[in-house]
This record gives sequence, structure tokens and C-alpha cells, in this order.
Amino acid sequence: MSDTPLPSVATTSVRDRPLPEAVRRLARRHHPRVYEALPWLLATAGYFAFPDYRQLGAQVFIAILFALATDLILGYAGVITLGQAAFFGSGAYFCGILSAHGWSEPLSLLIAGAAAAAAVGFLSGFVVLRTTGLTQLMLTLIVAVMLGEAANKATGLTGGANGLQGMEIAPIFGVFELDLYGRTAYCYCLVLLFLGWLAVRTLIYSPFGRSLTGIRESEARMRAIGSPVFRRRLTAYVISAALCGVAGALLAETTQLVALDTLSFERSGAVVIMLIIGGVGRLYGAFLGVPIYMILQDRFAQADPTYWYFWIGVFLLLIVLFARGGIIGLVERGARLIRPRRRSVSTPGSENIG
Amino acid sequence: MVAEPPPPDNAAKQDFALETRGLERSFGALAVTRNVDFRLEQGARHALIGPNGAGKTTFINLVTGALKPSAGRILLGGSDVTALPQEQRVKRGLARTFQINTLYRGLSVLENVCLAIGERLGSGGRLFRPAGSHREVLLSAYALLERLRLADDASRLVRELPYGRQRLLEIAVALGLEPKVLLLDEPAAGVPSAESGIIIEVIESLPADLALLIIEHDMDLVFRLARRVTVLVQGTIMLEGTPREIAGDARVRDVYLGEREHR
Repeated sequence: MSDTPLPSVATTSVRDRPLPEAVRRLARRHHPRVYEALPWLLATAGYFAFPDYRQLGAQVFIAILFALATDLILGYAGVITLGQAAFFGSGAYFCGILSAHGWSEPLSLLIAGAAAAAAVGFLSGFVVLRTTGLTQLMLTLIVAVMLGEAANKATGLTGGANGLQGMEIAPIFGVFELDLYGRTAYCYCLVLLFLGWLAVRTLIYSPFGRSLTGIRESEARMRAIGSPVFRRRLTAYVISAALCGVAGALLAETTQLVALDTLSFERSGAVVIMLIIGGVGRLYGAFLGVPIYMILQDRFAQADPTYWYFWIGVFLLLIVLFARGGIIGLVERGARLIRPRRRSVSTPGSENIG
Repeated sequence: MVAEPPPPDNAAKQDFALETRGLERSFGALAVTRNVDFRLEQGARHALIGPNGAGKTTFINLVTGALKPSAGRILLGGSDVTALPQEQRVKRGLARTFQINTLYRGLSVLENVCLAIGERLGSGGRLFRPAGSHREVLLSAYALLERLRLADDASRLVRELPYGRQRLLEIAVALGLEPKVLLLDEPAAGVPSAESGIIIEVIESLPADLALLIIEHDMDLVFRLARRVTVLVQGTIMLEGTPREIAGDARVRDVYLGEREHR
């Protein structure tokens, strides 16, 4: 075919030349950047700066891990979900029930919680992921509601509305006791958040993660290039569920209590709102969205104890109308104003949704 | 599956690149595809024409597996793929483009092609190693873009790309799959003639052993690109022949060319 009229722009193959700029840009996209150290530095500093807030800090890390795991499904794979609490709660309850029956080693309990949530994700994903749009949204919601109702009824196992009590958690590695001041809990949750973040970061830069983004951008094209779309989505769904399960199990271990609200619609809804505030489909959306949501909730509740949720709604409306892509989206736009041209390509996961 | 051209009477022995037998598809009471027996030879340059609503795109969707047929069989290189899902048919060398641009609009031009090449090379589902370190995928993608004169736009997001360039990228993504059978659904539709030249050039320079089926409205293009033409009317094949035969046929003029004059 070498005699065909189609121009060969370069006489030498691209393999024999220095890498073109476009290739280099993609090839180094996954490299760590300086700003990525920021959340971890802040979190470490927070331990010393706010010793009275370590328990709260641990809860924030758990919420961020939960949001991060949810973003994998919502932001990257484009699955519309209002039922992530199903996985969070499964992890929390399974961990809690085992612990109440005498299994007290915390790390294996986390793994157990992850496995339980992954199993729920696998089974429900089989049905949920065969649907699209509103049906899918309702199915995710229904799975969570059904599990919540089951936990409510099975009082013998879960403690029902009174919550699951009697958990015993052994010291981590047999050394670090989960103390009242949250010293251990803070570090424990931070380390697990870091590991979870590492996992999600690795995933979204991997070919698998890019194919999830491809599915979100155009499912039809993804099928047309021979991608097993359902299997990819199901894999992502199960991984996300497992991470949500870890977050739930962490909550159970650090509070030594599991209540029905771990499976509640409010939890599923809040995590989506947090992501929208921070930026859906952006690795750091969870890191910004969760604290902002929590601060707002605190402030609004003080200013207007009855109708604080209304003000959350107003804030959300403003974000959706004027700052699509959330806070991270705003930052990206700002960065593009300062340094225009093509930066958008090199920041990963910065692609807008639909 | 040797591409050596056998004499016509030997055709029964030869495996067609693509074949449908008694293909049917209905949407409710509406039969969109009716008993279509279609054959695409190895290395074919074949056009599928027909008035709007004749079922051309439905035919493509049936062949690729995006839709399931109500009845009939689909054979790819002689083996039955009717029961295979879409991705398996792609793995066997069937690629398509879309009439309406169906690209990853939020991704760069280069990455659009990378995704296709990654799937072809089997790295599309890898969980750990970063996509950016799959050097072979990146370089193959870039080389393909250079061949199609898209390299200067490699880093641009697709949604920032002019429409004509997007049409070209549609073909590039399909070529990234290195198909044996390529289905082009109105590749130059809506592209101003000043920009359609490169698209036609690309189609003309496709490998000789690739079987090409092109859906097209533009008769000039059909004459230029196709050696065989099939006319689809109301979901069924009305006529098949050389472009000259088709153009000379009174029924085709009535049904198809006539309709174009009315519009």
C-alpha cells in the first residue's frame, strides 16, 4: 500500500523520532504532581493543629473515602446512583456483626466488610447495570432501601432501630488501641484513605479507567470498538462497592456502633451532593466536597436549625447553575484563564460530564 | 480466506467477508429489514444506497450486533456470528463508523484513537499499569493520526474540533481496529466539499484486502468509490449491480433519484 496517494506527512516513522508533544503529554499524564501532596500535608498538620477534633477528622476521612469510591462509579463510569449507602452500610453491618460475635481483629474486619459490600455490589450490579437513566437511578435507590428495611427488621442480628451494639475491636496490629481521643482513629482512617486514594488514582489512569471514561463519554462508540461494556461497568461497580464497604467498616470500628443511618437514603444523597459540590469525575472532588459540605451543614444548622437543608439546596442549585464541575471545575477554569491553551488535556479526569 | 479472486462460477466455494441470509428486523408491527440476503466480497468496494428510511442504518446495526435480528443469519468470513455480542464481532475484524459523530467528545483526538487501539491490542481492561506507559498504543495511535493528517490536532479535545475533522476522526477510530470489514455510514455527510477531499482520499487509500461497505446518499461519491451498489428500499434489496447499471435502472430513478429531486 506504500504507493497509495495518501500523504505520509513524515518520511520517518514516529518510532524513530523524538516523541511528539501530544504523545509525551499522554505518556506523563499519570505522573504525580506537586499539588497532590497538599491534602496529605494538610491532614498530617491537622493532627497536631486540632488535637480536640481528631475524632471528627477521622469521620471526615471516612466520608472522603466513601465519596472517592462513589466517584469511581458516578463520575468515571457514568452510572447514576442514589444507593451507594447500600455498600457503605453492608460493610459497616458485616464488620459490626462479626465483631459483636467475637471477631475483633480490625484489619481482617475491614477486609470482611469490603467483601460483603463487594458481594452486594456484584449481585445488585447484575440487575442495576442492565438498565439506564431513571430506571437505573431507582434501582440503586431500591437496593439501598431494601437493605435498610431488612436491617431494621432483623433486630436479632442488627439491633434494628437501636443500632448494633456490643462491638469489640482489638488494637491495630495488636498495639494501637482505638482510644477515646481519636489519636489512633485519625491515623488509621488517614492511612486507609491514602491507600484507597492510591487505588482509585491507579485505576483511573489505567487503561481500564480510561475505558470507563470512554463508556461515560460514549457507550455506543465503546461498544463499536469492541469493549465489553457491561463487564467493565460491573468490575468498576464491584470495586467501588468494596471501597464503600471499607469506609463503612471503618466507621463501625472507630465508633464501635452501627446504626440504620449507614444504609439510609440521606447518606446516599449526601455523598452525591458532596461530589457535585467538589466536582464529579475529578479525583480531588471528594477531598473538597466533603469538608465544604460538612462546614456548610454546620453553619446553616446554626443559623437556621429548622430549615438548614433548604440552604444546602440553594447552595447546590448555585453550583449546578454557575459552577458545573464543582469547585474543582472552577479551579480548572481559573487555571485555564491564567495559562490558556490545552492545559485541559493534561489534567486527567478533568473532562466534563455530558 | 485467501483474497485471490476466483472466477465467478467458483464463488460458491469462497467465503464472503460478510454475508446475511434472510435477515429480518421489526420494531413492533413495522418491518424495517425484510428478508435481506446480502453478500460483501473480500476486498469489496460496495455501496449501499436507498431513500431515507429504507433501513440502511438499521442494517448496519444488525450486522454489527447493536441490534438483534428478528430472524436470519449473519456470517463474518464464513462463520456464523448471529449469536455473538458486538464486541466479539469487532474482535473478528468488523468495524464501523457512525452517521452522527459518535466520539469521546471530552477526550483528546489522540486518546480517542488510543482507546480503540488499546482494545485491539487487548490492553483495554488492564487495571494497574497507567495507560500512558503503554507506549505501543500511543505510538500506533499517533502514526495513524499522521497518516490521516490529524496529527496537528492530536492534543485537542474532540468537541473543539471542526465538524469535518470529526468525520475524519470517526474513520480514524475505526481504522485503529485494523478491520477486515469496514462499514462506513455516510462518511462525508454534512461535510462541505472543500473539506471532504481528504475523507475521500482516505477511503480510496484503504488496504486492498479490506472489504468496504459504504452507505452514501451522494451519488457522485458512490460512483467514485464503489464497484458494486446495492439498492435498499423499504427494508428489502431492490437491486444490485455496478454503479452504471444502477444509474441506468428506471425503478431506481423512480424510487431513489426521483425522491431526491422532490426534496
